[in-house]
Amino acid sequence: MAYVINPDEPAKIKVENLNFYYGSKQALKNISFNVPEKKITALIGPSGCGKTTLLRCFNRMHDLYPGNKYEGRILLDGENILEKDYDLIRLRSRVGMVFQKPTAFPMSIFDNVAYGLRLKGIKNKGELQDRVEKALKDAALWEEVKDRLNDPASGLSGGQQQRLCIARAIAVEPEVLLFDEPTSALDPISTAKIEELVVSFRDKLTIIIVTHNMQQAARVSDYTAFMYMGELIEFNRTDEIFVKPKEKLTEDYITGRFG
Amino acid sequence: MDAFQKRKLINAIILVFSTLAALFGIMWLFWILGTLLYKGFSTLSLDVFLGDPPAPGDSSGGLKHAIVGQTLIVLLATVIGIPIGILAGTYLSEYGKNSRLANFVRDMSDVMMSIPSIVVGTFIYAVLVKPVGHFMGLAGSLSLAVMMIPIVLRTTDDMLRMVPPELREAGYALGATKFKVIKDIVYRAAITGIVTGVILSVARIGGETAPLLFTSFNNNFFTTNIFQPMASLTVTMYDYAMSPYKYWQDLAWAAAIILTFGVLGANILGRVIAHYKFKR
Repeated sequence: MAYVINPDEPAKIKVENLNFYYGSKQALKNISFNVPEKKITALIGPSGCGKTTLLRCFNRMHDLYPGNKYEGRILLDGENILEKDYDLIRLRSRVGMVFQKPTAFPMSIFDNVAYGLRLKGIKNKGELQDRVEKALKDAALWEEVKDRLNDPASGLSGGQQQRLCIARAIAVEPEVLLFDEPTSALDPISTAKIEELVVSFRDKLTIIIVTHNMQQAARVSDYTAFMYMGELIEFNRTDEIFVKPKEKLTEDYITGRFG
Repeated sequence: MDAFQKRKLINAIILVFSTLAALFGIMWLFWILGTLLYKGFSTLSLDVFLGDPPAPGDSSGGLKHAIVGQTLIVLLATVIGIPIGILAGTYLSEYGKNSRLANFVRDMSDVMMSIPSIVVGTFIYAVLVKPVGHFMGLAGSLSLAVMMIPIVLRTTDDMLRMVPPELREAGYALGATKFKVIKDIVYRAAITGIVTGVILSVARIGGETAPLLFTSFNNNFFTTNIFQPMASLTVTMYDYAMSPYKYWQDLAWAAAIILTFGVLGANILGRVIAHYKFKR
């Protein structure tokens, strides 16, 4: 049986009896837990446990591919985002995402960050400039790129590109930000910078981060969900789960006995 | 001789033969270029580019009609063929994906690429030239466009499918619509590849004669009217080379040079762009 606590903070997202299927293959099994508002929640577990699948439910990325099916409810501020006719464009401007590999668009650094803003209909040059600058500063990239905003983003290093993607995601001021193993393609120094960034968003944004790296989960997150074979095994405060796991499976995983 | 020496000897022999075979293959290109320059270079003059066609027996005149006609026919074929090819390639990569219709279109366009070009010319003759009653430049452009579409379609499809799916997902994750993702992100990421495909397809069809023989035919009078028969370098070259007049034959060599180097230039341009793209 799963051990799932209810956080003290108000819930930004409530997951209720969520099942998810890739075609006929069930990838998530009856998952229920509350994601606390303006805190950092880590999803951990061995490869194939469903943590990325769960993350991609929160902005309905699975809808891009045919044959995927959700059951149950995911409530964002009380609204069920799994409704058939839910406005995905609005959802995705409220719930941003940063991917595993840096996904800088083939355009200038400035245009990358401005892309989401322009999608929202902001055309005013001054406003664009201000918001791009603020986003780049919040993503700790401004000092490195301020003199070459019109250069192609492909000229940046991998770590810089990942921070650019974060700047792009926060420029549209989302309420929730999803990270899908954002440092797995980066060197240790770039990883440390990204982790610092994630921590700096605590108390401003609701963050859900998928990570392979247990130390990372322990360093950055307030709450941790451990998943195994498509099921949520344990959800608890990070300091509790790494010190006194309640489930045998969780203990085996974090002590390195499998995974 | 022990087994080791024997293997080394066989290796050396195979290396020599395969190198020779490779050189033999490309030797023809240089032979053709050399012959063209040798036979035609002395005829090349401003008159060749700007002069009206010579009368039988004349020893002056040029290929102005054919050069203008060729350019117009190929340009119009490009204007017709490229948008259709790119749109169709976009459908295959972004909408059809691996559906049965998409795979059917892919297979059929591969078949279309190997249809003999004279068949395309005959087809346009039957459905357009014959009903209208006379040859015209437009018909030539159409038959070239028909040949171009499958080439552009397949390169566009291939190039778009090389764009990593994560890049599209990142666009959607910001709240972009499918059209926006294709227009702003996928096309941008694939633009050099698509341009290369377009240029190579122009180079590929630019030297075709057979589709023009039955369609745009030839014209002794200068015209830019696409509804009239129109001269082209390829058909003019054929006519002049078959003629008994020395100067006409020289002009045919000159036409061959202009055509070959035009097509070669387009080819090299396409490859330079591709090289630049994939080096970065």
